[in-house]
Amino acid sequence: MLLEIKGLGKTYGTGPTATHAVGDVSFSVDEGEFVCVVGPSGCGKTTLLKCIGGLLRPSAGEVLLRGSPVTGPPERMALVFQEYSRSLMPWMSVRSNVLLPLRHKKLSKRERTSLVEDALGAVGLTRFMDRYPWQLSGGMQQRVAIARALAYQPSILLMDEPFASVDAQTRGDLEDLVLQVRDEFGITILFVTHDIDESVYLSDRVVVLTHSPTEVKELIPVELPKPRDQIATKAEPDFAQLRAHVYRLIKREQDVQGVVAPQAVEVAEAEAAVPPGGTAV
Amino acid sequence: MPGWVVSVVVPIVSVLAALGLWELISRTETISQRDLPAMSTTVQALWSMIQTAAFWIAFGQTVRGWAIGLGLAAAIAIPVGIALGSSDFAASAFRVPIEFLRPIPSAALIPLLFLTLGTTLKSEVFLATFGAFWPLLVQTMYGVRDVDPIAIDTARSFRLGRVERLYRVTLPSALPYIFTGIRISSTVALILAFTAELFMGTPGLGQRLNFYESFGLNPEIYALALATGLLGVAIHFVVSALEKYVLRWHPSQRKGTTA
Amino acid sequence: MSPRLYRTLKISAEIAVPILLLVAWQLYTLARDDPKFPTPTTIAGEFQDLFLFSQFDTHVVPSLERIFVGFAIAVVIGVALGIPLGLSRIGRSAAMPHIEYWRAIPPPALLPISIILLHSIGNTQKISFIAFFCIFPVLLNTIDGVRAIEPTLIDTARSYRIPTHERIRRIVFPAALPQIFAGMRTSLALAVIVMVLSEYFSSTDGVGYVLLISKNTFEFKPMWAAILLIGILGYLLNALFLLVERHVLAWHRGWRAATPQ
Repeated sequence: MLLEIKGLGKTYGTGPTATHAVGDVSFSVDEGEFVCVVGPSGCGKTTLLKCIGGLLRPSAGEVLLRGSPVTGPPERMALVFQEYSRSLMPWMSVRSNVLLPLRHKKLSKRERTSLVEDALGAVGLTRFMDRYPWQLSGGMQQRVAIARALAYQPSILLMDEPFASVDAQTRGDLEDLVLQVRDEFGITILFVTHDIDESVYLSDRVVVLTHSPTEVKELIPVELPKPRDQIATKAEPDFAQLRAHVYRLIKREQDVQGVVAPQAVEVAEAEAAVPPGGTAV
Repeated sequence: MPGWVVSVVVPIVSVLAALGLWELISRTETISQRDLPAMSTTVQALWSMIQTAAFWIAFGQTVRGWAIGLGLAAAIAIPVGIALGSSDFAASAFRVPIEFLRPIPSAALIPLLFLTLGTTLKSEVFLATFGAFWPLLVQTMYGVRDVDPIAIDTARSFRLGRVERLYRVTLPSALPYIFTGIRISSTVALILAFTAELFMGTPGLGQRLNFYESFGLNPEIYALALATGLLGVAIHFVVSALEKYVLRWHPSQRKGTTA
Repeated sequence: MSPRLYRTLKISAEIAVPILLLVAWQLYTLARDDPKFPTPTTIAGEFQDLFLFSQFDTHVVPSLERIFVGFAIAVVIGVALGIPLGLSRIGRSAAMPHIEYWRAIPPPALLPISIILLHSIGNTQKISFIAFFCIFPVLLNTIDGVRAIEPTLIDTARSYRIPTHERIRRIVFPAALPQIFAGMRTSLALAVIVMVLSEYFSSTDGVGYVLLISKNTFEFKPMWAAILLIGILGYLLNALFLLVERHVLAWHRGWRAATPQ
């Protein structure tokens, strides 16, 4: 067991106007597993991921990485955000962006260079190392973000709806890239998405969340054949059955939660993201 | 630390500490009391000053110069800015003259005004207006040019005429820029009104400062500077409050900005 | 009207309008025949005599020096203070009353005080005076630039455990730089104004001094030449600054163009 989440809860604010984003979430992720987390929109998925990633302090419960509690961003964990254009530094080249997290690690210059080059090679961007991120397409920028996470050599990769802002065709390429990278580097991946097909296609296990305050509704093992293929896997009868099952679970949750609650969670998440004048540097 | 402590107590403590430091530096002659009158001495001088009619008359004269200068500048700059901002052709045609006249600090015109219009309100107003005109003109032009073309197209598709488009779409959209211009121009107008008084001797607070300076009355010099600073703060506060009120619907008012 | 015709007309207007204005000015001053308002040609001649060669070292250089040094000091202090204040809510809360006061006071109100405290009207006094007031636009814009940094960038820095000094050097400072430059532009314009004021009030050399002397001796030609010089100075400094900004912030322009805001 690499990652253990026990009774995680997160509430924004206090009193009657408090927003209960995460209620009581418990599940675990094994070494080398690819776990997808799906839930109705506004259920608090981003909050959950930020708590797991150590960026937010949970109101209840704990997160254990290799048995040690997570109180801040842990060293062997890397996070890939949905908004790539806002997580890559526009004043740095692609190469410098990938290099940035390595600067404070105890590595020699040669080691750093090779990590950067290997990571960019793994995502197929070797030719674009000296460009600026904004000179690249959306899909390519997300690859840079993935390369940056890879170069950091994490044990576990957290991905927050990374392909939501990318067009559908590019999404398929990126999905396959992530699978490839997982095989090549042997890392564990925890992947949050609202795309049901994507969640079944990529994962070894799907965690379905309830509406907010979110809890684990069901844990679904995905035993589709590997390696996954965009056409062959999706033609499998098991694929259709799994995705229908997940879809029904989510639809039921959406019908229950209505419109107001998810908006409250999204607003709370957005407000929490704005530094209250004092950025936590 | 709870929110209210940070936003209320900390600033107050900070100001009191600074005032205390001032008193200390002066009383202990770290800087001689002649050069830096103690805080208490200065406040006393200020207190005596504000009980004289002469002070308030001068105060009123400075405010008058500021107000007329700003008002005239706005009355000319905003319409001209709208006209130039709306017409790409006109904006290009006048670009060069504006770029050359803009950087001329009004301060450079002081001797000219002194020798032509003399030490009258007219000089002061001319100076203040000339200085306040340019930032407001430029900001208004930016504001009008920056209107979202989609908003204009929407208005046109609803068959709104030119004038209606102007005050229903263009002006509200340009308003934040115009207010930034007003804020800058207000500061400039005050500086220039005071400058005219200090350098030319037109009646007002600046002239009184000149008077105290020529007699070496240091506590009064400091007291007047203090009062002028407070006037500046008050004006800035009023203009900002007006801006916040008029623009309360605008997204730029959500997060606090300092500049 | 065809686009080509429109463009040609526009460019012709851009050239014609300034020329027409100059000609009108020349004709007006010729007709008025008032020593107080010399013709543009006379002014240009006086300008060349005075500043372009003989008095360049005596007056233009000291003024420029004061502007540059005062501005440089103001930028360094403004940024050095602005970054920590932008990051600390308590720091801002403590500093804002002071900042609000000093940025609102009209600079001329402090001219006598600056002379009293520094016991001189020399270069140090001028430079400190200029530097003092030019700090505020840079300071305030730095604070705003730091506060407006995209939260995701900060989250990225946190999740990769980037240490504070690296964060400030490689993330906070570059991210705020566009806003800092906006503040610097204002400060530069302010430096020119404050320089003129402080020299006019009391100085033994400099452009403002020329202005003062010409007033005292009722010499209108040098006065207008000085006005022209100050205008040109302001224009050139601004143009130079924009050139530097264009180079340093090239990444910012590209990024804004490519990213829907």
